[in-house]
Amino acid sequence: MSATESVITTQKRSIWAGGMSPLKVTYGKLMMWFFLLSDAFTFSALLITYGLIRYSYPGYEGNPADFVFAPDKWWPIPEKVFEAVPFLHGVSAPLVFVGIMTFILIMSSVTMVLAVEAGHRMDRAAVEKWMLWTVLGGIAFLSCQAWEWSHFIHGTHEGPMVAEGTTFFGANLLQNQYGPPPFADLFFFITGFHGTHVLSGVILNIIIFYNVVVGLYDKRGHYEMVEKVGLYWHFVDLVWVFVFTFYYLI
Amino acid sequence: MTMASEESKTIQVTPPDKAKIRKIWMTALFLGVVTAVEFVIAFTMGASAFRTSLFVGLTLVKAFYIVSEFMHLKYEMKVLIWSILIPTIFIVWLLLALLIEGEAIFMVKF
Repeated sequence: MSATESVITTQKRSIWAGGMSPLKVTYGKLMMWFFLLSDAFTFSALLITYGLIRYSYPGYEGNPADFVFAPDKWWPIPEKVFEAVPFLHGVSAPLVFVGIMTFILIMSSVTMVLAVEAGHRMDRAAVEKWMLWTVLGGIAFLSCQAWEWSHFIHGTHEGPMVAEGTTFFGANLLQNQYGPPPFADLFFFITGFHGTHVLSGVILNIIIFYNVVVGLYDKRGHYEMVEKVGLYWHFVDLVWVFVFTFYYLI
Repeated sequence: MTMASEESKTIQVTPPDKAKIRKIWMTALFLGVVTAVEFVIAFTMGASAFRTSLFVGLTLVKAFYIVSEFMHLKYEMKVLIWSILIPTIFIVWLLLALLIEGEAIFMVKF
């Protein structure tokens, strides 16, 4: 009996041989990380496709102040496209609205970290409060995006017209007033895919919020689900940082 | 209901660690400042390769802080950090490959 025991303990067991967590994270958290990695590939593919198509069209080379939309000539300067703000009709405020959206998303990321931090301390009331702020931030972002899409689709009254006597306003998948058709297509695809992620993030956050309120994680003894959904939420913020740079700034 | 309230009595709520919370807000402030700098650059500099690389650089700085602080990756095991970071090499490869391809398409078309 004691002989067999000593044999087992002296055998060198690899930490990868099972029965323990070599990466010191739980299975669920690890899988969330790898899911996010795969999602990063998807988003990169979309953004890099934007780069490919952007560079296969000529850019505008004149003075930015004289820029006009010319879909058959050049790719638009993004800050000339995204310059509208709700309730300020006709006022040119380039990138201000996207700036507000970026701020909202960063703030909701902060409230998410604070929720995770409160979860570590088993402070249910604080988790509830910060989760609720995060959900509100997500909804605010989605509302902004809905306005942005609607504005992009309908076009502006002050906007110049498509050349050769046609008066096409706004954008659809086949043509748009701003630039070559892929410009609008990629806008819909990239921001739409990101918006879908935000939407599912909000839904997940609401589910987790509900679980927190009914005390499920107190019963379970830990708030790890808040951490997992937090990882997803930060990733959505991370993607927006890249979309912001590559779609709106460059 | 009674069971839940009995259990919640036994749960120990630790008071918040001031330094930790301060760090979270400082990270957020830093992200905000970097975004503000990006805005200033967008309005004061004309488009150029230098400006583009500046934007990409600042974006990577922001990404680093989001992933390391908010997503807590900096404090995980080394093995985990590398198993997330190394595969992103494929993204770099795709970026280079498709930008070169884009330029080639431009040459053919225009």
